[in-house]
Amino acid sequence: MPPMRLGIPKEVRPGERRVAGTPDTVGRLIKLGFEVRIESGAGLAASFRDSDYQGAGATIASDARTLWSESDVVLKVQPPEANAQLGVHEADLLRQGATLISFVWPARNKELLDRLAARGATVLAMDQIPRISRAQKFDALSSMANIAGYRAIIEAANCYGRFFTGQITAAGKVPPAKVFVIGAGVAGLAAIGAARGLGGVVRAFDTRPAVREQVQSMGAEFVELLFQEDGDGAGGYAKEMSKEYIAAEMKLIGEQAKDADIMVSTALIPGKAAPVLITQEVVESMRPGSVIVDMAAEAGGNCAVTHPGEIFVHRDVTVIGYVDLPSRMAPTASQLYGTNLCHLLTDMGGGANWHVDLNDAVVRGALVLHDGKLTWPPPKIIEPSPEKKPAAPVAAVPRPAVTVTAPKAAPAAAKTSSGVRSALALLGATGALVALGLVAPKEFLSHLTVFILACFVGWQVVWKVTAALHTPLMSVTNAISGIILIGGMLQISGPVSSPVTILGGAAVLLATINVAGGFLVTQRMLRMFRR
Amino acid sequence: MPASLVTVAYLIAGVLFILSLGGLSTQESARRGNVFGIIGMLMAVSVTTLSGRIGNFPVLAATVLVGGSIGATLAARVQMTSMPQLVAVLHSFVGAAAVLVGFATYLDPRAQLTGVEASIHEVEIFVGVLVGAVTFSGSLVAFGKLQGFIGSRPLLLRGRHWANLLMLLGAVYLGTRFVGAPGEGAVMDLGIMTAVAGILGVHLVMAIGGADMPVVVSMLNSYSGWAAAAAGFMLGNDLLIITGALVGSSGAILSYIMCRAMNRSIVSVIFGGFGASEGSAPVKKTGDAAPVGQTVSVTAAETAALLRASKNVIIVPGYGMAVAQAQHPLYEAAKLLRDHGTRVRFAVHPVAGRLPGHMNVLLAEARVPYDIVFEMEEINEDFPETDTVLIIGANDIVNPGALDDPSSPIFGMPVLEVWKAKISVVMKRSMASGYAGVDNPLFYKEGTRMLFGDAKKNVDAILAELHKSFGAAGTDAPGDAGGGSSAARAAAQL
Repeated sequence: MPPMRLGIPKEVRPGERRVAGTPDTVGRLIKLGFEVRIESGAGLAASFRDSDYQGAGATIASDARTLWSESDVVLKVQPPEANAQLGVHEADLLRQGATLISFVWPARNKELLDRLAARGATVLAMDQIPRISRAQKFDALSSMANIAGYRAIIEAANCYGRFFTGQITAAGKVPPAKVFVIGAGVAGLAAIGAARGLGGVVRAFDTRPAVREQVQSMGAEFVELLFQEDGDGAGGYAKEMSKEYIAAEMKLIGEQAKDADIMVSTALIPGKAAPVLITQEVVESMRPGSVIVDMAAEAGGNCAVTHPGEIFVHRDVTVIGYVDLPSRMAPTASQLYGTNLCHLLTDMGGGANWHVDLNDAVVRGALVLHDGKLTWPPPKIIEPSPEKKPAAPVAAVPRPAVTVTAPKAAPAAAKTSSGVRSALALLGATGALVALGLVAPKEFLSHLTVFILACFVGWQVVWKVTAALHTPLMSVTNAISGIILIGGMLQISGPVSSPVTILGGAAVLLATINVAGGFLVTQRMLRMFRR
Repeated sequence: MPASLVTVAYLIAGVLFILSLGGLSTQESARRGNVFGIIGMLMAVSVTTLSGRIGNFPVLAATVLVGGSIGATLAARVQMTSMPQLVAVLHSFVGAAAVLVGFATYLDPRAQLTGVEASIHEVEIFVGVLVGAVTFSGSLVAFGKLQGFIGSRPLLLRGRHWANLLMLLGAVYLGTRFVGAPGEGAVMDLGIMTAVAGILGVHLVMAIGGADMPVVVSMLNSYSGWAAAAAGFMLGNDLLIITGALVGSSGAILSYIMCRAMNRSIVSVIFGGFGASEGSAPVKKTGDAAPVGQTVSVTAAETAALLRASKNVIIVPGYGMAVAQAQHPLYEAAKLLRDHGTRVRFAVHPVAGRLPGHMNVLLAEARVPYDIVFEMEEINEDFPETDTVLIIGANDIVNPGALDDPSSPIFGMPVLEVWKAKISVVMKRSMASGYAGVDNPLFYKEGTRMLFGDAKKNVDAILAELHKSFGAAGTDAPGDAGGGSSAARAAAQL
């Protein structure tokens, strides 16, 4: 079988700077056994030159048509669309029966699916990767959301005329910027992190109380809505809330908006228009010079006055409605997206062992067309919201209750029984000593006294030994237990040939090894410990 | 020398031994403590020599010289990674010496006791020889296992507990025949009993798995102490009794600490295999409950970048680090990070390594200052505030299954909660499970990155990367306000 040929075309959507592979990820793909070809200039907008790709082992295709027609698998960022330059739709360029991996958004791109189906294509949609824990390394949505959240703050900072961090200078005091983040998903958490990093005072709100800890772990304050309803929906998204709840939520956002200098909204509900949470009145209530970044602009926007794709100033409040935030960080976005693709291609067997495994939940979830047949939507996987978001370095969720209760019960039971046991042992020991006192000679008893007292002294002393010195403790006890040497010495008074002397001599020999070896190795070890 | 003076000298020696153990309570006083021990030993030996009870000086001088030089050579040559073996073999010498002294005492024509005194003396000999023989053979097996001469898997014979009991009863029966019996037959009984006890020692240690080795070595340490104490009883020598009791309780405490650190009952460790019989079942299990998932692997360069970006780093070393001899470059990397303002600490689990405190010695050998090396209890709460944890050659001691998976064989064992840190990088040779043979769900956690390959090579690579990146930062941007140390260096030049 000839090696699988991977093709990475230049993105044709105006303003799209990302590319589906970087020299680094292309190198990894080649290691996986693929032959990689990349359209000339595909990485230019993301600061990758053709020569960089060639250096990584890829070949350069001079035009899009050859690239598409000679690839078994095409890797893209945006869904295929009309190539204005060639005057042809990208889907029609795809070789018959080839595979396409890109963002597809099948719910709103029915017509595209039909076109691809006509090519007998196999299509994996990166936006349809199920949000289960195992799939996190393929999860391009999370990677992109992470970048977008960061960039949202950078764009806001660009439009905001003041410092983020508060300063007290010789020329007066500057208050810190107050940032309010709506929705603490991957993007929201990334925005919180970036805003904190710039020195802003950050508050965040989310309908899911479960994310409180994550918000706090990022150093932001979690704004509480005193209303009993959990917004945790399937797949890590929030679900749509009841009317009363939304009313309470709107009120809270209205209050926060008056105080905030910068608002970032990330509220999305899958498959639906974004909820309008920031009404025109709220915008007008904000201080002049404030900035709103509406990260839901592509889905209609969380803000009533958002102009998707643009910066719009409404009554002195700047509303940023960019829909291409990840693309504005093209080198990083391409690298992360390319790595997500690498992981997916590894999962699918690499170049040598390439196959579409319908039993693989990740592949099945992302598969929208299989040899031209529609396989979307996939059968439902029941998976509650993931424990935490991949991009958010946050505290672990509380452990299952089992661990908390089980060990607690056990020591309680053990304590009573050990109490009884130690009482019995004490009684037994006393009895034995009394019995011994009746028969044993005086000399033995005086030795026994020494022995038992020494045991107690040893017990007290050794507990004080620091754990770091347990190995030297063992070697020094090795050395001093060589005191048995004295026992041997006392036996070597007879003639050399007598068995007693031989036995005693052997004992002395062994014990001396212990004494010398133990003390010297302890000394050697202790000399190594230094502050 | 008068007998009372000898007794006083023994008393002083005993006190010096206690001080020598007491000195180990802190690193500062430890070396002085060891000197106390040496003085005590020299004193005891010279006083005994001059006591007038020893007639054969040439034999004494020869044996002490030979033994001393063998010991000194061993001490000077031993690798710090091989400390467990050395300790084990030294235990066996004490055991053997106890057996020899026991026989010699019995055969010594000078002792002429009668009645109860004779019986008690014979019981003392019997106990001394029994404990000595078990210590001797058990320590040899432990040495073999640690050195790799004998496989580390526990040898679990059917009905082994019965066999142990039978051997013990047999030894006791021979003991009853030995006590009070005259002449040749009694020596025969003592000899057979020694053989039986020797087999018992072998069997006891064979049944113990590699993961329990720290406990075994400390148990044998304890036994060697009791053997010395028993010898003290037979000779009526208080110094031997005191020293034996000190060593015996020291070993017992260490075993107890180790057992607690592994959540194992001491009985199950001493008799071996109790834990393993339950533990062996889930090992093979690959069904529903076994953690399934994907691991995310990283390269050494990426790890170096992670470390460089971190403010707070904890390094968790395990036996794998010792095997790969990676502690030296590891500390160099840690030092580099520390010099550039990163807080780097080492976290040591009580059972990391093959000997109590083994990791501390290895880190000390690599010149890691001991005030950045922390015990589990001291550091476990700090993981949530840690940016990057580097786990090198450790597995079971960082297994979250020990806390939340009741079916795990190591369930209940306190572990280092590394998964609470933002990122934990696990350096491992391959995906093989640890000494306990348990799968580790840590590898599949979101924050976990796997760095496969030889630990030494990887640490070297990380070190090289760090040198590269710090070197670049230092020369390219000396005035960079962000890099605190480079700014400081620039200031120093002015």
